[in-house]
Amino acid sequence: MYIKSKIYKNTLYVVLCGELDEHSATHARVTLDEIFSNGGFSQIIIDLSELDFMDSTGIGVLIGRYKKMKIKNVPIFICNPSKHVEKIFKMTGLYDIMPKIV
Amino acid sequence: MKNSNFMEVSFKALSINEGFARVCVAGFCVQLNPTIDELGDIKTAVSEAVTNCVVHAYPKHNGSVTLRCEIDGNDIKIMVKDSGIGIKDIEKAREPFYTTKPDEERSGMGFSVMESFMDRVEVEKNEDRGITVTMYKRIGQENLQVGNA
Repeated sequence: MYIKSKIYKNTLYVVLCGELDEHSATHARVTLDEIFSNGGFSQIIIDLSELDFMDSTGIGVLIGRYKKMKIKNVPIFICNPSKHVEKIFKMTGLYDIMPKIV
Repeated sequence: MKNSNFMEVSFKALSINEGFARVCVAGFCVQLNPTIDELGDIKTAVSEAVTNCVVHAYPKHNGSVTLRCEIDGNDIKIMVKDSGIGIKDIEKAREPFYTTKPDEERSGMGFSVMESFMDRVEVEKNEDRGITVTMYKRIGQENLQVGNA
């Protein structure tokens, strides 16, 4: 998997591309932490439109990032999840901490 | 004539093989003409079961995982078997958000996802070592629901 990012008007836009599972989880954690540590934004939007697959390992990765950003009072939002990813988000209650935006 | 078929494959319990397992099962299931959603359900459930083998079954070495699929009519049965350390309390392990590795950012939702995406999930201790996760799904239910609407 790979991750694209850019900052526009105080918002960090992150696009997760490819497959997020146990195999790519470590790379995703390290890369996201690196991007998040750069600063220069007040909120984060994670775009999942290019994410082809994700299982519950991805939920662990996202909750981990949420905990780190919560300390800095930076909210994270989710957009464009696939039907399957949406199903996992709803059953795990992830939208309670990372609301979905359209 | 009723459709009947099976396939079986073994591989090392490495995370890189999760993608292989997903594609392998999805490719085998194509003969049942599943919908994209049904294939997605199956791929997600298989990924969860194989992740369990990779993360939990073999703490000291990467043992093997055996993946077997059986087709009987429109029913698919998927077995994911390891020969690892097993699970002490299977009922506890199936509870949502339960994880033995809370420090590793694990969601503890693996079995819950399997149960949600498949029709039925069984987890059994093997006679010798490890566990076998068996998942069942009837393909074509979504088409039937559309047809009956």
